[in-house]
Amino acid sequence: MKDRIKELFTNAESFRELGLLGFIVILSAAINMRNPTFLTVANIDTLLINASILSILAVGMMMVLLTRGIDLSIGATIAFSGMVCAQTVAAYPTLHPLVSMLQGVMIGLAVGLVIGLLVARFNVLPIIATLGMMNIVRGLTYMVSGGRWVSAYQMSNAFKSIATGRILGVNNLIIIAVVIYIIFYYFINHTKTGRQIYAVGSNPDAAEVSGIPKKRVITLVYTLMGALAGLAGVLWVARYASAQGDTASGYELNVIAATVLGGVSLSGGSGKVSGLILGALLFGILNNALPLINVSPFWQQAIQGLVILIAVIVNVIVKRRNEQQALRQRVI
Amino acid sequence: MSDYILELKGVTKNFPGVRALDNVHFSLRPGEIHSIMGENGAGKSTFIKIITGVYTPDEGEMYFEDQLVDIRNTNDSQRLGIAAIYQHVTSYPDLSVTENIFIGHEKIHPITRRIAWKELHARAAELLGRLDANFDPHTRMGTLSVAQQQMVEIAKALSVNAKVIIMDEPTAALTNRESEDLYHITEGLRDEGVSVIFISHRIEDMFRLADRVTVFRDAKYIITWDKQDVTHDKLVSAMVGREITQFFPKRKVHIGEEIFRVENLSRTGFFQDVSFSLKKGEILALTGLVGAGRTEVCEAIYGITGYDRGSVYLNGRELTITHPKEALVQGIGYLPEDRHSHGLVLDWEISKNTTLSSLEKFSKKGWLIRSEERRVAAELGDRLSIKAQGVYDRARTLSGGNQQKIIVAKLLTADLKVIILDEPTKGVDVGAKTAIFNIMGDLAAMGYGIIMVSSEMPEVLGMSDRTVVMKEGRVTATLDTETTTQEEILQAALGSKVKEHSYEG
Repeated sequence: MKDRIKELFTNAESFRELGLLGFIVILSAAINMRNPTFLTVANIDTLLINASILSILAVGMMMVLLTRGIDLSIGATIAFSGMVCAQTVAAYPTLHPLVSMLQGVMIGLAVGLVIGLLVARFNVLPIIATLGMMNIVRGLTYMVSGGRWVSAYQMSNAFKSIATGRILGVNNLIIIAVVIYIIFYYFINHTKTGRQIYAVGSNPDAAEVSGIPKKRVITLVYTLMGALAGLAGVLWVARYASAQGDTASGYELNVIAATVLGGVSLSGGSGKVSGLILGALLFGILNNALPLINVSPFWQQAIQGLVILIAVIVNVIVKRRNEQQALRQRVI
Repeated sequence: MSDYILELKGVTKNFPGVRALDNVHFSLRPGEIHSIMGENGAGKSTFIKIITGVYTPDEGEMYFEDQLVDIRNTNDSQRLGIAAIYQHVTSYPDLSVTENIFIGHEKIHPITRRIAWKELHARAAELLGRLDANFDPHTRMGTLSVAQQQMVEIAKALSVNAKVIIMDEPTAALTNRESEDLYHITEGLRDEGVSVIFISHRIEDMFRLADRVTVFRDAKYIITWDKQDVTHDKLVSAMVGREITQFFPKRKVHIGEEIFRVENLSRTGFFQDVSFSLKKGEILALTGLVGAGRTEVCEAIYGITGYDRGSVYLNGRELTITHPKEALVQGIGYLPEDRHSHGLVLDWEISKNTTLSSLEKFSKKGWLIRSEERRVAAELGDRLSIKAQGVYDRARTLSGGNQQKIIVAKLLTADLKVIILDEPTKGVDVGAKTAIFNIMGDLAAMGYGIIMVSSEMPEVLGMSDRTVVMKEGRVTATLDTETTTQEEILQAALGSKVKEHSYEG
């Protein structure tokens, strides 16, 4: 335990999360002063529900970014999985919601596996592989839907309850997000494979020399990202009670932004689950609070962009300070 | 007017901790081919970089055509008419031959600022014609062979009317035929009055081509001879004639039975028919000049690159290794030369680095056991006396020698029989060197078989039991270290007189 505490303090990156947390607290307090409805149970509930899908996707994106990759296809995967699952439910209204969720996961997993193989086996650059798959999957979505929507009246109540139901007063989406965070927290931090994901991104050559199955790790992260995107597709359609061809178009950029806000580096190897939660939360707050304090919608996007840039700059500064500190500590 | 176009007097260059050139004298006549010889690290590269202005000397004077010159950067040297052609061709593979030749001094139309391509292509063709190189100047550089790319580099030197051309190991990547063509071109340049400084490991290059030869050793100028005054043996003894004063903590270790054998290992273009064997507790040095293919052999054995022909045996069983993971599982570990890019994750703690190549041993059903990781890392840290505050120190916070020790610790977590150390003391200070030698002795005493790739002659003689010498991808000698001499090893590395010791026990 003592070592743990030491680990926390010898690594200045831990302070980064504290800083982000502090920023969130101050920001929330400031917003609440302008509009006291912000910190009410009802609003926090809405905020968390809205942030849950984003944060589920951020977990997958973090693993991809850790290996120095990127995934632009997830918006399309959400739409595709959501569309197919909604059509299935429209055709078989008695289908159990858990089966729908499983169906979504499998669809996303298949898409992710294809991307993983493209990147790991055929050495296609991640940005190109996922850009290509983004268009292919988006096209598939329009094909299977024939351009038509699946609307609320075609979905069973059980299906819609995925997003509206509550367990012990907590919305299902929030519960699903929490469960996923717990699973992946342990996966990333306490398993061999989790360690290998970091190794592949931190120093690919060292990973290779150390006998780490790089290709398998890379295939795995895209597959997991796909599976999470597939699940998110079902959640999305259930929440908005409509599946459309252009669902979640461009959403991948929001996910990448939230992940970067959470301190995950695009150059791979660094990022933590704790930071990720805060990043997704901050992104959710910006989305939720700016309208509440009467910021013009025209300004909202610009402010979001500004916050992301500031976060990245802070990241760079922290990293540089960290490296200097390391040199100073050097024992000769 | 003196006889020399270029003269260096008492030039010294220091780098932190090392004297890279020590009071060097050198003179170059107009229209001569002057060969520079010396072992790895003798100071040849630093010498060139001083002349071309990459480095500025700390002491000494340089004269060009009797004028005292102060060459501060490569532009200065180019203005004087000094051009260098490097071993690894420094060209732009995606640009055309013409663009490569005239990059930086393109002919530009004074008003439209347009590059006069037509004229430049014609000039390029003319320059290439002078070198008897008959390929189209529109060709993309990347599609040319190494020999052809060198022609382009020479054409580039001629395009600025260079008076002094430095060639750094130009024949290293060439076939015999291509080398012969290069000799002709070089002689042609000389006859036109250009002075050539020719740097080569190959003694045959020197005898075939040079008018005079200068020998460097351990950063010092040793001697300059006219070609007719020099013999093979005189040259070799000038190159190695040092006394070994460094202390090596070589221990007497019981050498057991053979555990590892490589037979006729070949990889096209890199090495051929490499065979050697290794016994338990033995330190086998794999030496040779830079570019002899030592690292390539090790990478093939370890499964990083693979090989085309030949076989590798461990304890009499033939292995097929296609990935480092398999090598580690079989019991072969590799400590790469470039530890920053290949060995360590600098941003990670010591403990995480230590266990990276054997995560299976520190996990149960995929779950990591952190306490075990911490315990083993601390234990190995003690055993190798890694200087750090604790196992949570990040690798970046440690000195080079200590980083090297972490990599050794990492190897020891795997269940190994053979450890390959590629230039284990490169870039570490003297104290850390001794520590690494001690560790090597310990490892040998524990019964590991050790292959040490090294370019440092004293280290080879001081630490190994047997020495395998390679030249241009082939083994030229296998020597018993106790009875061999520096001269013998260098002879084999230069490939001048190949001797086979019948030491196979």
